[in-house]
Amino acid sequence: MTTAPTIHPALRQLSDADIEAIGRELDAIRDGVIADRGESDAAYIRKVIRVHRQLEAAARGTLLASLFPPAWLAGTTLLSVAKILENMELGHNILHGQWDWMRDPEIHSTTWDWDHATPAEDWKHSHNYLHHTFTNIVGKDRDLGYSALRMSEDQPWKPYHLGQLGINALLSLLFEYGIALYDIELEKLSTGEMSVREAGGRLGKLWKKVRPQLVKDFVVWPLLSGPSAATTLTANLTANLVRNVWTHTVIFCGHFPDGVEQFTQEQTENETRGGWYVRQLLGSANLEGSELFHVMTGRLSFQIEHHLFPDLPSNRYGEISPKVQDLCKRYDLPYTTGRLSKQYLTVLRRIARLSLPSGPTSEKETQHPVQTNKPQAA
Amino acid sequence: MSLLDALVRRGAALTTPFLPDDYLSLLNPLWSTREIRARVLQIRPEAAGSATLELEPGIGWLGHLPGQYLGLGVDIDGVRHWRSYSLTSPDRVTVTVKAMGLVSNHLVRRTPVGTVVRLRAAAGDFVFPPTPTPTLFLTAGSGVTPAMGMLRGLVVRGPLPDVTHLHSALTRDEVLFGEELRQLDRTSPNYRLLERHTDTDGLLAMDHLDELVPDWRDRETFACGPAGLLDAIEQHWAAAGLTSRLHVERFASAIAGTGSGGQVTFARSRATADTTTDTTTTLLSAGEAAGVLMPSGCRMGICFGCVVPLLSGQVRNVRTGDVHGEPGDLVQTCLSTPAGACSLDV
Repeated sequence: MTTAPTIHPALRQLSDADIEAIGRELDAIRDGVIADRGESDAAYIRKVIRVHRQLEAAARGTLLASLFPPAWLAGTTLLSVAKILENMELGHNILHGQWDWMRDPEIHSTTWDWDHATPAEDWKHSHNYLHHTFTNIVGKDRDLGYSALRMSEDQPWKPYHLGQLGINALLSLLFEYGIALYDIELEKLSTGEMSVREAGGRLGKLWKKVRPQLVKDFVVWPLLSGPSAATTLTANLTANLVRNVWTHTVIFCGHFPDGVEQFTQEQTENETRGGWYVRQLLGSANLEGSELFHVMTGRLSFQIEHHLFPDLPSNRYGEISPKVQDLCKRYDLPYTTGRLSKQYLTVLRRIARLSLPSGPTSEKETQHPVQTNKPQAA
Repeated sequence: MSLLDALVRRGAALTTPFLPDDYLSLLNPLWSTREIRARVLQIRPEAAGSATLELEPGIGWLGHLPGQYLGLGVDIDGVRHWRSYSLTSPDRVTVTVKAMGLVSNHLVRRTPVGTVVRLRAAAGDFVFPPTPTPTLFLTAGSGVTPAMGMLRGLVVRGPLPDVTHLHSALTRDEVLFGEELRQLDRTSPNYRLLERHTDTDGLLAMDHLDELVPDWRDRETFACGPAGLLDAIEQHWAAAGLTSRLHVERFASAIAGTGSGGQVTFARSRATADTTTDTTTTLLSAGEAAGVLMPSGCRMGICFGCVVPLLSGQVRNVRTGDVHGEPGDLVQTCLSTPAGACSLDV
């Protein structure tokens, strides 16, 4: 790190040796989980899969009678929960390879597909690789927030940013499509990095992924519902929107609340494995809540632990969290966490603040002191 | 199957990106069109620390011929392991497993009735010819299992052809299916059982053969047992110019341990494994340990279910010791170790 032209302010109290020691400690935590994972973990993911299928089957069945308002409400709720579980605790985590160690071809990152607009293959590149490797490096992290919105002072202000609170609300509703379109990187058309033909190919692939899911939710199930066709359609639409808003909210709380650090490319030159770990720690934020809440966020409520160890089984993040917090305390590193409402409010504040042109960055960064470690209630 | 396939395809419009059987298997875990599943119906203890598992196969099981083996996938500590076992009944799906290693011990001692396991279709050409022929079974230890499948099949098919069965086991009590074989020997004039108890009689040597089975040259011979015995049998039959009348079933490849090991890259899975210190680790095992979804089958070099294209580097065939490797070569991963750094397209 010392050879980098700039050192991130939050790292100034750490020597190179400290950073390497942190890396070793985190490696040991990871090794501990890997040595211990086994039958109960396998039983856990199979149970989630079973529950998702039961919820979805119950939801679709109930919605056949969606003309009856209580059935609409119950079916929509069940379907929303099922879709959230499927995207978060199943899709996101299985595609990370968290369950590949089981060698079950039905629960494997290379075979899993999900009810999401982004084809699984593309997701593994844009999310698993680009976002998880270059987390919160402005200009390199292709996390959606950084391109549709101005989330850092380091991004140049443009007039359309004035409306970014509204853009955020719209993005929230259409989140899966936003992600999918963004992953196609259509902006490369203007720079000539991508040909029109290639863009067409990518859009075609996206359409191939999206079409059967649209047909399922907005044609086949409504038609099967007979007299309840229209209400089943609105129920399915609602469930998709609920899922989008929920995932958007959880995901934006992972990297954009107050206290989360952003990095410039200069700060991460010559980064070691220890340095990568520390950046993941500082660039992520957790959410506090009940076990059910954690499951519904796909354990992205343990965003810090997930970013340190993206391929450990999600059900283990909770138990390693106290160890990570203890480490943060000893090295005087922030461990950002809070309740969803509070964290999302700070995200909205940031979106609002940065919708206006604002000054340079580095002075501002050093002004607010590093947030002290706030241990999470056990 | 085609009607089922059509239904699954239609039904998928309701369940995409999942399949209808993902939901139907909530009702019955054996309903899967993507893999063959089976339920353990019964586990019967047999001689010598063995047990017979009777399985109820689900959709997709196409039956088998006596003498064939199946692939059995079982989860141990959350991790799927595959092994091949000979089928020991002509009409039902049974395997007889001797508790020796991780998987067999788990199957014999720690598998509750009702467990759902995975199957791969029956395979193998260690099967009886369509027309009755005078036969010699030359078996040792758990090598009796495919012969048992055939014998039971012959009894059902009837009439039993002229069968001589020379079987080696440590002691009388160690003879798998001992009672059933002796019973058949007593009741069927066409079946003759010769037991060799190697603790007292010593190992079978080929020069005993003329004395024990004088007409061995006239018989269609089916041999199954330890590699050393099978090697001796193959040489003996070859020397007599009778290779075409000999059928051999090997349970495991003789891992020679001649590989030099190396760094293996599983390109599509973005995973690596290092076998430089453990040169006997096959590409298949190394990939599985690295979390790669390796295709696999019999795990003994027969079925070619584990074949993967080589991208770069070279590999060593552990049976022949041959080192080969042109980019694009298809590699039998269950039988190959890395010969230096190599990369696979999986």
